[in-house]
Amino acid sequence: MQFEWMKIPYALLTLFIVVNFGMLLGAFIQKIGARVGRRHGIPVWQNHIDLIKNYGLRSSITHGTMFYLGPVFRLSGGVGLLLFVPTIHGSEMFSNLSFAGDLILALYFVFFGALGMALGAGESGHPHAAIGVTRGLSQMSMAELPFALATFSIALQYQTLSITDIVAAQQGGMLNWTLFTNPLAVAAAMLSFLGSMMRPPFDVVLAPQEIPIGPPTEYHSSYLALMQTNRALFPIAKIVIYMNLFFGGAASWPVFFFKVFLIYLWSAFVGVVFPRFRVEQSIRWFLVWAVPLGVLSILLV
Amino acid sequence: MRALYDRLKQLFPLGEPTWQRPDLAFVTVPAEFLRPALLHLRDREGYTHLVLLTAVDWIEDEQFQLTYLLSNRTQARDIGLRAMIPRDAATMASIHELWPTAATYQRELREMFGIDFPGSPRIEEDFILEGWNDIPPYRRDFDTLKYAEENYSQRPGRETHDPATHMKQQLHPDGR
Amino acid sequence: MSMKPELMKRMVKGPDGVEFEVEPLRDYFCEAPPTVMPAAYSRIVEDLFNWARAESLWILGFGTGCGAIEMRPLMTPRFDAYRFGVQWRPTPRQANLFIISGYLSTKTLKRAIRSYEQMQNPKYVIGLGSCTINGGMYWDSYNTIKRLDDYLPVDLYIAGCMPRPEALLAGFQELKTIIRAGKAEGANKYAENFEWYKANQKRVIHDWDMPDYNW
Repeated sequence: MQFEWMKIPYALLTLFIVVNFGMLLGAFIQKIGARVGRRHGIPVWQNHIDLIKNYGLRSSITHGTMFYLGPVFRLSGGVGLLLFVPTIHGSEMFSNLSFAGDLILALYFVFFGALGMALGAGESGHPHAAIGVTRGLSQMSMAELPFALATFSIALQYQTLSITDIVAAQQGGMLNWTLFTNPLAVAAAMLSFLGSMMRPPFDVVLAPQEIPIGPPTEYHSSYLALMQTNRALFPIAKIVIYMNLFFGGAASWPVFFFKVFLIYLWSAFVGVVFPRFRVEQSIRWFLVWAVPLGVLSILLV
Repeated sequence: MRALYDRLKQLFPLGEPTWQRPDLAFVTVPAEFLRPALLHLRDREGYTHLVLLTAVDWIEDEQFQLTYLLSNRTQARDIGLRAMIPRDAATMASIHELWPTAATYQRELREMFGIDFPGSPRIEEDFILEGWNDIPPYRRDFDTLKYAEENYSQRPGRETHDPATHMKQQLHPDGR
Repeated sequence: MSMKPELMKRMVKGPDGVEFEVEPLRDYFCEAPPTVMPAAYSRIVEDLFNWARAESLWILGFGTGCGAIEMRPLMTPRFDAYRFGVQWRPTPRQANLFIISGYLSTKTLKRAIRSYEQMQNPKYVIGLGSCTINGGMYWDSYNTIKRLDDYLPVDLYIAGCMPRPEALLAGFQELKTIIRAGKAEGANKYAENFEWYKANQKRVIHDWDMPDYNW
C-alpha cells in the first residue's frame, strides 16, 4: 500500500485539536462541578496556563529510567488510542490509522498507559505511589470488564471487529445507533465509563484529597506536564471510542464536539451527585450492576 | 463524691481533699499508694477513663505534683489524684499497664519536666523537642526568655509596652 | 549532634549472608548542593513563563501553625481562590508556593525545610502572620523561631494575627505582580546563600539528621 506523507500533518492536526478541546472541556467540566458547589471555579484556560507553567519549571529530578518512561508510555497510550480510531467518520483527513485498528487494539491501548504509569510510579519509590497504583489497577481492571463484555456483544452484533465498519453500520438515522439496537451493551459500557474517567465516585485513585494523591505523587515539572497533556487527551480518545461504538460516530467537528461534551457530561453529572467510593466498594458495585448487564447483552445478541 | 472519699479513706491514707465542683474533687495520695488507689478506682469504683496526667512544679517546696485525673463515664464524675514527689532526681512508677495511653503522657512529662518513669515504653525517645540540650523547659528554674534570646535571632525594632500605662497614655494623652 | 541510628554508618548483613557497610546519607541520598538555575535565554519566553507561573500558583498543603485554618475558607464558595489560579497540591514535588502559616517550632522547621527543598525551582514562600515576621506572641518561646527569613527565602509577608482570608487573597495578587516582574527568585537566592541558610538552620536544629539538601 502506498504511504501518504500527508497523513502525518493530518494526524498532528487531529492531536492538536483534540488536546486543546480536551483541556478546555476538562476545565469547563470542572467549572460545572464548581457551580454545583456555588463557586465560580477555575477559568476555562486554567489548564493551558498550568501546562505552560509546568513545562516552564527550571529544575526536575529523576528516579530512574522507568520514571522517565512512565509519562511517555501514558501519553503514547492516549495518542495511539486516538490515532487508531476514526475521529471523524468518513473524513479522509481525520481518520488517521483507523483502517488498521480494531476493537481489540483499542481495548489494549486503554490499558497500556495505566501499565506504563504503574511501572513509572513504582520506580519513584514513594509509598503513596505504590498504594495509588494498587488501587488504580484493581479498580481499572474491574471497570474495564463490563466494557470488554459490551464490546464483545457489539462485535457479535455487527459481525466485525473494525470500528470503521461499526460506525458505518450505524449511519442513517438515530434509531440505527447501538444505543437503540443494543441498549444493554450500551448501559454496561456507560457504567464502566464512569469507572474509567477518574471522576467521582471512582476517583479514589488520584483525588488530591486522599492522603496519597496516588501514582503521580513524585511527578513534577515536565513529567507532570506530559501527564497533564495525556489527562486532556485520554478521556477524549476514550469518549471517541464510545461515540463510535454506541452513538453513531461523528461526521463533522461540530457534531463531534457536541457528542463528546454530552458523553463527558454524563460522568460529570454522576460525579457531582455521588460521593467517592472506596476501591472495594467500587469493585463490588461494578460486579453487582455492570457485569451482569454486560453478560446479559452478550446472551441476548 | 464525699461517700467515695470516705470509702477511699478506709483503704488508703489520704490528704486533705479539694471539693472543686459537685462532680469534681481532688485528693492527695502518698506516691507509694498511688498505684493501688488508681487500680481500686478503675476496677471497683468505675473510674475507667484516664483523662489526663500532668505535673506542677512547686519549686519552693522542692516538689513536683503529679495529677492523675480519672473519669467515671456512667456517673459523669471526675476525681483527681495528686501525688507529691521530690523534685531532684524525680522518679515515679509508670502506670502504662493500667492505661496504655499513659505512656504518651509520661513521655511528655519526662521531656518537659524531667520526671522519669522507668519501664514506660519509648520513654527515652524524643517527643516534641528534638535535640533538646538544656534543662527541661517546663521546670520553673528554666528561663524561657533568656533561652529564646540566646538561641534565636530576633528581628530588631520590636517594642514592648506595659499594657496598663500604654493604654492610659493612649486614652488620656494629656495625663489626666 | 545526634543522628538517628538508622541514618548512621553501620555494617549490614544482607539476606545472602554477606556483610557490607552502609552509609545512608551518602548511599541513599544525593548530597549535591543546589545550583542557581538561569532564566530562559529569551526575554519573551521568560516573560511568558513568569506570567504562567503567576497565574498558576500551586500551594503546598502544609499547615504549620494556627494559620492553616485560614486557608481552608479560601477553597469554599465564599472566597473561592480557585478562580485566581490558586490550587492546593498534596505533594511538595508539584507545588510552587509554600505558605508558612504561622509559628514554626524547631521540630516543624526541620520538616518545612525538607518540604521546601523538595519543591522545584522556581518556588515561592509566603510568611503568614506576625509569628513568621518577629515571633509574634511567641517572641519569648523556647522552641519557635522568630524570623522566618533567616531560614528560608521569603518573597512576601502577610501581617496580622491571624490575617483574614481576604488578606491572603490580596497577598496572592501581590505575589503575582512580584512574579510577573521577575523578582521572585527565592530558589536562586537560597542556592546562592546556601552556606548562610544552612548555618542558620543548623544553629537552631540541634539534631540535624538529614542530608544537607533534600533533593
